[in-house]
Parts: sequence; C-alpha cells; structure tokens
Amino acid sequence: MSRLPVKKTYKLYVGGAFPRSESGRTYEVEGANVALASRKDVRDAVRAARGAFPTWAGMTAYNRGQVLYRVAEMMEGRRAEFTELTADEAEVDAAIDRWVWYAGWADKLAQVLGSSNPVAGPYFNFTIVEPTGVVGIVAPEEPPLLGLVSRLAPAVVGGNSAVVLASEHRPRAAVTLAEVLATSDVPGGVVNVVTGRKRELAPVLAGHMDVNALDLAGAVEDVAELERVAADNVKRVARNGEGQSPWHAAAFLELKTVWHPIGV
Amino acid sequence: MAEVEKRQDRSPVPSAFEYATAPESRDIVRLEDRYGLFVGGEWAEPASGEYAPSVAPRDEEPLAEVAYAGAEDVDLAVHAARDAFTNGWSDLAPSERAKYLFRIARILQERSREFAVLESLDGGKPIRESRDVDLPLSAAHFFYYAGWADKLEYAFPNRNPRPIGVAGQIIPWNFPLLMLSWKIAPALAAGNTVVLKPAETTPLTALLFADVLRQAELPAGVVNIVTGDGRAGAELVKHEDVDKIAFTGSTEVGKEIMRAVAGTGRKLTLELGGKAANIIFDDAPLDQAVEGIINGIYFNQGHVCCAGSRLFVQESVYEEVLAKLKRRMGTLRVGDPLDKNTDVGAINSSAQLERIQELVASGEEEGAEIYQPPCRLPEKGWWFPPTVFTNVAQSYRIAQEEIFGPVLSVLTFRTPDEAVEKANNTPYGLSAGVWTEKGSRILSMAQRLRAGVIWANTYNRFDPTSPFGGYKESGFGREGGRHGLEPYLTFDE
Repeated sequence: MSRLPVKKTYKLYVGGAFPRSESGRTYEVEGANVALASRKDVRDAVRAARGAFPTWAGMTAYNRGQVLYRVAEMMEGRRAEFTELTADEAEVDAAIDRWVWYAGWADKLAQVLGSSNPVAGPYFNFTIVEPTGVVGIVAPEEPPLLGLVSRLAPAVVGGNSAVVLASEHRPRAAVTLAEVLATSDVPGGVVNVVTGRKRELAPVLAGHMDVNALDLAGAVEDVAELERVAADNVKRVARNGEGQSPWHAAAFLELKTVWHPIGV
Repeated sequence: MAEVEKRQDRSPVPSAFEYATAPESRDIVRLEDRYGLFVGGEWAEPASGEYAPSVAPRDEEPLAEVAYAGAEDVDLAVHAARDAFTNGWSDLAPSERAKYLFRIARILQERSREFAVLESLDGGKPIRESRDVDLPLSAAHFFYYAGWADKLEYAFPNRNPRPIGVAGQIIPWNFPLLMLSWKIAPALAAGNTVVLKPAETTPLTALLFADVLRQAELPAGVVNIVTGDGRAGAELVKHEDVDKIAFTGSTEVGKEIMRAVAGTGRKLTLELGGKAANIIFDDAPLDQAVEGIINGIYFNQGHVCCAGSRLFVQESVYEEVLAKLKRRMGTLRVGDPLDKNTDVGAINSSAQLERIQELVASGEEEGAEIYQPPCRLPEKGWWFPPTVFTNVAQSYRIAQEEIFGPVLSVLTFRTPDEAVEKANNTPYGLSAGVWTEKGSRILSMAQRLRAGVIWANTYNRFDPTSPFGGYKESGFGREGGRHGLEPYLTFDE
C-alpha cells in the first residue's frame, strides 16, 4: 500500500521563524499554496533584519565564514530535494559551491578591499570595510535557486542582514533554502525570505527608510522607479552582474578610514 | 553687529589681543572683467548670453563677471569632452597621462600664492587656510593621482580597469580648488575627460585653473569648465552623453541627482552633508582636544561637510572643557580673509548667512543657551561670530540639521555606549572625532561609529592617500586613495 506523502506548507521566513503572511493570503504556484506576503510582512522582515544586524556584523569574520560554509553542508544533504525543485542538478551544485566560495571570502574581504594609507603626518591611517546594514534583494525569477544564492551570499558574507523577495513564479526553492539557513547557525533575522508579488512588495523594500542597500536584479517592474524611491535615504543600489566576485560583496560594504595618532 | 556686542557682558573671558593688521597683498591676482566658459581648450561666450558677478564675501565687491551656462552650453562642453576622449586622450600612453598630471601638480605649487589669495577673495576663507591647507592639498592630490595613471592594473588586479568616458563633476563652494582637485585628478588619472561645474559663488579659482591647464599643455577638451548655477548642474546631470556623475554638496541636492540618474545605469558618486560627532572622553588631553574642537567647527567658518558640529563631552569634564572652549573662542580672530592673522573669515554668501541665522534662531527658540565671544564684525560683507550652544537636546534642529556655519552644539554623555548611541543617532554618517589617551578605546569607538572617516585626537585632517566619504545619507563612493580611482573606472566582471 502506498504511503500518502506529508506535504510541506510554504511559509515566509522572518526573524528565524516561519510565519504565514499576516494577511492570511496565499497564492497557488508550482503546485503549492505559497504565502502571499503583504507590505506589512516586508516591513516586519526589515525589522527582523535590522535587529539581527549587530549580532551578525559583530561576529568574527572567521566565524561568519564557518557559518556560511555550514549552509553549503546543509544544502549538500538536501541535494535531492533542491534538484527536484529546480529540475536542474547543475544549478544545485553551482549554488552549493557558490556558498563555499563566498564562505572563504569572509575573512579575506578586509585584506583585498581595505588599505593602509601613507598619509603625510604622524598617523596610522587605514581603511577597512564594514557592512552597510540591511540589504533588500529582489531575487531573479530564474534560475530560482542559483539566482538567489548569487545575490544573497555576497550580501551576507560581509556582515549585512538581508530581506529577500523570492522568485515570484518559482518560490519553493527559496523557501527550502530558508529551511537550510534555519539549520545552519545563521542567526535568525540575518536572512529573511518573503514570497509574493514583486510588483506589490518591491516598492516597499526600495522605499523603506531602514533598508541601506538594494540589489534589484530580479525586479520585474520599472527599475527606474524603484531607484528613484531608493534615493529617499540614499540607498546603495548594487549593479552586480552574473557569477561570483568579491566586488559583488563590495557593493554592500562601506569603507571606513581611521586616523589613529602616533606618539609616545 | 549690535546683536553680537550686546552679549559682551555675558563673557567670562577677556577679548582677543590686539593685533596689527597683516594683509596679504592681492596684487598677485589679475582678474579679467568677464569670464566665458572654458570649452574645448578655448574661452567661449555662453550661448545663454547670461552673466553674473562673483562677489567677494568680505566686502561684497564684485570681482568679475562669470558666464552662466545653459543647456546648449553644457551640451557643447560634453561634446568637447567626448571628442577629446575619443580622439586622443583615451589612446594616450598612461605614462604620458601621468606626466600631464605631474605638470599640473607642479604648476599649482608654483602658483600657489596666487591661487590662495584668489580663493580667499572669492570664497571668504582665511588666507592662512587657503595658503596652508587648500593649496598644498590640491597640488598633493594631483601629484598622488599622477602616479596612479600608469599603474591601474596594480590597483585592480585581474579586473582590466578602463576609463568610463566623460565625467560630469559638480563641486561645492566651501573648498573650491581642493574639490576641483579631488574630482579632476582621479578622473584624468583613470583616463576620462571631464566637464566640471564649479559652484556659482566661487567660480574664480576654477577659471584660473584653466590657465594652469594651458601652461601644462593639456590637450584641448580633456577638461572643460562650465560655470553657472544649479540649472547648469541639472543639465549636466541629465545629459545622456555623460557616463559618470560625481557630486559634492548637500544631501537634498544629492537625492535629487540620484532620482535624476535613476534607471539610466550611469555611474554616480555622492559626497553629501554631515552632522559629525566630536567625542571628548575625560582622559583626553583637554587642551589639545579644545584645539581639535575649534578646528573641527570653526575651520573654514564651519563650511565643512565633515565639521564636528555636535560636540559630545563626558560629563565629568564638561565644565572644564566648556570653560577652556569659551576662553579659546575669545582668542579667535574674525575678520578680513586676506589678513594673515585671521582665524575665521567671511560667510560665503548672503544666502548661507541667512540659513545660519535662521537655524541659530531656532536653537534659541527651542531652548538652547547661546554663547558668542565678543568680537567686532566688519560693517560690510557677510559675517557670523563663532557660536556655541549648550543645553541642547538631541531633538533640537541645531543638533539634527547641518548648519554649515560656525555653530557648535554641545551635548554630554556618561559612558562610551551612550556616546556611540547618541553619535550614531543621525541620518548622516560622514565623519566623527574621538579624543582619548587610550588607544584601545580609540579603536573600539572607531569600530562602532557609523561614519566614513574617524579622526582620533585630531580633526579635519585630509590627505590624498586617505579615502574620504560617507555612510548613510552622507553619500557613497570615496575620494582619495586607491579607492578614489574606482568610481572613474569600468571593469571586467
């Protein structure tokens, strides 16, 4: 006798928990009822991201690197599930390897992106990178997993927290990735995944005064309008291309220059 | 003037020593009656037909008539820059590009007194500052970036750095020539050509700089200078053949530029306003700290985006610091920018003076206590005395808004945590100062303050090798250092 499978409820991932949309709405996509987030869900996610930011940013780079490596470990154990969701094994492998690659960057960004500056005076002057804060990511529609990971990993490796609007038409991989993150020692709230209509939610993210930076790679509507509202608090708008690069991470990092006196 | 003098009886300190005047001669500067636009290596009448005088803030003397560029003029300048980029400049060997920049640096050094005098005349800043800060730093900036021109592959390994094309650059009136240098030097080193729009109240050193370019034999059109007001800047920002916009100025205008550039994919860097915290711990060398407070807020009449305009003093030394500060303020000499003894010069424009007066009035209205040392202000020109506010709440406008004048708001704190919390409580994040004898505390504060530049036991110090720029609403992108090249380059992914 065949066993009736236990189906998953696809919910949001906010502040380390898996709530339904506060609106009670869902939409049917990929054969499942997926949470249809409201504007308030996005605001709640930003709040959670802001709350988690100091903890994540305050961890040592070595520690962040290990946590992100563990994301890859946890994904590896779920390869079958991700392969089913994406219908593309190569995409899953690339997504896992991308986490590994960025995990290794955590404690090297400062060395590659920072500098020591020979000023004409008695100061030890140096420039370091620091996370900018909360990053809003409108994930690409395709590929549903690798597209998201390629945007998310460079945002969080430097210590930012993130709010992700998942692929609208293929959101299940994003929700499953959230389950991986929840079991990977990534502190709750560092990554928040919201599913729903980008047209409804992206403007909320772009205009939110407590979001510091945006990656609009997957924006489906007028990007110019999103960039315009992003100006309200001078958000950093990343224009990262495909693939992987430390410069993608740099788009979400601030440069801080310190003049430390030299004297006896 | 009367308003200032009536406060004399509230002063606990003696007035400034009497000094004989020590005026710097202005004969070294020869101005034309009227300046056109510098486009394609030649002076051109503006198609707009508009001119307006540039006025000396110290006595409201009209110094010269300056063209106000319109849309057509900006278009011509952008075409000239594009032409120069395509036909020569981008093909020039980088080592030759470097040599042009070295030449410019040397000529600025050679003609530095002339530029310093003109800067003080046109902008109102003390000659001591234009001579000892603006000019040496301007020359140093060109010298620094000159050396980068043929070493870009080492700055950005594996990225194939290439020039972007035409850079549109808009600069403010507080450090006219220095901001010109911060903009033009990295842009040219990276191989771009430039259209520069100086501020409407301080165009003259930029126009004199065109003569430096002539002496350096820089190819025509590589640098174009279009004077004018905000309209010219707006035309430059929206011009479709400008590949990169660099702006230094107010956060308000910066946001407008961001909106104008939205969706175009053009590169943008913004260096905007600030409301910096200058934090004095009780173990700090207080006399040195007071000098830092003075330099932090009264340098260049407080017309400094990174000015230390919010002073945070640890409660245990509050009375002592305030007493020392007031005493020191009493020795500041406010007056003729061309006098070598002057510490605080003229306010740059009547519009800026009105803004300062309006915010100071709001401070008094909201309940802060004002102190201004007794000082005689000249009859003509635009002046504002060094001012300090105590009993300031964080919610007051004088503690929140950028005043861009010689006005300091003093607040207190008890613990490092409280200092960090209060210092970061602003939408700005350009700079901050920390004063303490404890090195580990300097570094922990530096780590926790959300600002792009942290000065420890010093303030308002700049260097071409040292990246400068803001967090949050103070903008993005860096000027200075290796990082200052990046906004002017395009890369392989």
